[in-house]
Amino acid sequence: MEFKTTVFYCLAAVLVFASLRVITARNPVVAVLHLILAFFSAGGVWALLQAEFLAIGIILIYVGAVMVLLLFVVMMLDINVDRLREKFWGYLPLGAIVGAIMLAELWAVMKANYLTVLEADAPQVAATASNTKDLGRLIYTDYVYPFELASVVLLVAIIAAIAITYRGPKKTKVSKVPDQIRVKAKDRVRVLQMPAEKQD
Amino acid sequence: MDALMQYVSGMFGPAWPLVWTLAKIVAIVAPLMLAVAYLTFWERKVIGWMQVRIGPNRVGPWGLIQPIADGVKLLLKEIIVPTKSNTWIFLMAPGLAIAPALAAWAVVPFNDTLVLANIDASLLYVMAIASVGVYGIILAGWASNSKYAFLGALRSAAQMVSYEVSMGFALITVLMVSNSLNFVDIVNAQKAGTFANMGLGFLSWNWIPLLPMFLVYLISGVAETNRAPFDLAEGESEIVAGFHAEYSGMAFALFFLAEYANMILIAALTAILFLGGWASPVGFLPDCTLWLFGKMAFVLFLFLWFRATFPRYRYDQLMRLGWKVFLPICIVWVVVIGVWMMSPLNIWK
Repeated sequence: MEFKTTVFYCLAAVLVFASLRVITARNPVVAVLHLILAFFSAGGVWALLQAEFLAIGIILIYVGAVMVLLLFVVMMLDINVDRLREKFWGYLPLGAIVGAIMLAELWAVMKANYLTVLEADAPQVAATASNTKDLGRLIYTDYVYPFELASVVLLVAIIAAIAITYRGPKKTKVSKVPDQIRVKAKDRVRVLQMPAEKQD
Repeated sequence: MDALMQYVSGMFGPAWPLVWTLAKIVAIVAPLMLAVAYLTFWERKVIGWMQVRIGPNRVGPWGLIQPIADGVKLLLKEIIVPTKSNTWIFLMAPGLAIAPALAAWAVVPFNDTLVLANIDASLLYVMAIASVGVYGIILAGWASNSKYAFLGALRSAAQMVSYEVSMGFALITVLMVSNSLNFVDIVNAQKAGTFANMGLGFLSWNWIPLLPMFLVYLISGVAETNRAPFDLAEGESEIVAGFHAEYSGMAFALFFLAEYANMILIAALTAILFLGGWASPVGFLPDCTLWLFGKMAFVLFLFLWFRATFPRYRYDQLMRLGWKVFLPICIVWVVVIGVWMMSPLNIWK
C-alpha cells in the first residue's frame, strides 16, 4: 500500500472514531474534545488532497478559535446528561425522519460524483503551485459576487446575534480611561510629614 | 561527508527518509530545550541585575549549572493528581501545551536552505499550530477541579483568543508587502530595497515601514505567551498560580517548557518577519544564521526586560488594549499598506 493511502486510512479511522465519540461520550467536555480531534483529522485528510489552505484554515478557524469558545461555554454549563437522555426514545422517530431526509438529499446531490470518485484521477498540480494564491485569485475575480454575498450574509448574522442577545443598556459603572491615564501620583497619594514620636 | 551519508542511509534501507527526518527533528528540539533551560537562567540573572541582586550563583561556576539542577529537581518530584479531577485530561493537558510549541518549529527557517519543511504556507501553518496551544491551558484549568485553576484557564483563553486577532492582522500586512506566505521568501523580500542597495540593510527590513504592526506584533506576542505584564492567567497575587496551580513535578515543568519554547518561537518569528531574519544589517558583513540568533536574543531580552519593568495589567485594561486599541490600529494599517502599495510611492516592487 502506498504511504499516502496508509496515512489516509489512519486519519479516516481517527476521524470516524472521533465523530462517533462526539455523540456517544457522556461528558460534554469529552465530546467537545473529540469534535476538535475530528476537525484536526479532517484537516489532515484535506492536506493529503493537497488542499493545504483549507487544511490550515480548518485548524486555524475551527480548532483555534470556534472550538475554544465552544469549549469555554460547555465547561461553564452544568449539563445533566442523564436528564437529557430520558427523552431519547421519544425524540428518536422525529430525529430519524429528519436524518433520513437529509441523507436522501445528500445522496441526490452527490451520487453522480460519489460513485465514480474511486475511478477519477485527482488533478495533478505542480509541487510549486501556491494553493493559497490560486484560491485568492479565484475568489477575488471569478467568484467575487458570491464571495461578497457570503460576507453580507455573515454581517447580517453578526447583527442578528447582537440584536437577539442585547437586553438594553445596562447600568454599569464605566471607567473613563483617559482620566485614569492622566492621573498623577500626587492626586492619589498624600505624603504626610510628621515628627517622630518618642517611645517610652 | 557524502560517502558517510551514503553508508548510513544504506544501513537503514527504505526507512532512511523517516530516520533522517527524525534526526533533523532531534537536531532542532534538543538545542531548543537547552535554549529554554538557559533562557530561564538568563531571565533570573537579568532580572536580578535589574533589581540590584546577583541572581543564581551557587550551582557551578557563576551559577551556570542552575537550570540543570532545576530540571533534575522537577524530574524527581512526584506528580500529584488532585482528587475528583479528570485524571486523563489532567495528564494530557501538559502534553497538549508543549506539542504545538515544538511542532511550530518544523517550518521555521534558519537560513535560505536550513529548514525542516519549507512549505508554501508556512506563515499560516505557524498561526494555525500556535492557536492550538491554548487547549493545554484551558484543559489544565478545567481538569484540575480547582477554582483558581479554572479562573486562570478562562482568563488565558479569553486573552489568547483576543490577541490572536491583532496578531493575525499584523501578519496580514507582512504577507501583503512580501507577497508570500513562505518565511524564506519573506526574509528574501526584506533583503531588497533602496537602503539595502546602499549597504544599510537594516533600514529596509519590515520593522520601519510596518512600525505600528511591529509593535502590535511584539506586544501581542508577549500577551500570547502569557508573559508579564500580561500574565493574568498565572496572576500569583490573585489566583495563586492560575491554570497550573495543581500541577507539580514534570507535569508543571512541561507547562514551563511550553511557555519558554513559545517565547523563543515568538522571538524567532519577530526576527524573521520584521527584523530581516538571517540578513546582515550592513552590506559589508555576510548574511549568517548567527544574525538570526542575535535578533532572537534581542527580542528575548525585551521579554525579560518587560517582566522586570512593568506591573501586571488589570483584566479590563488587557481587554481594552486588545480590542479597542490594537484591533482598530491593525485594520487601519492594513488599509494604509494596501493604498500605499497601489500608489506610485510603492517601495515593495
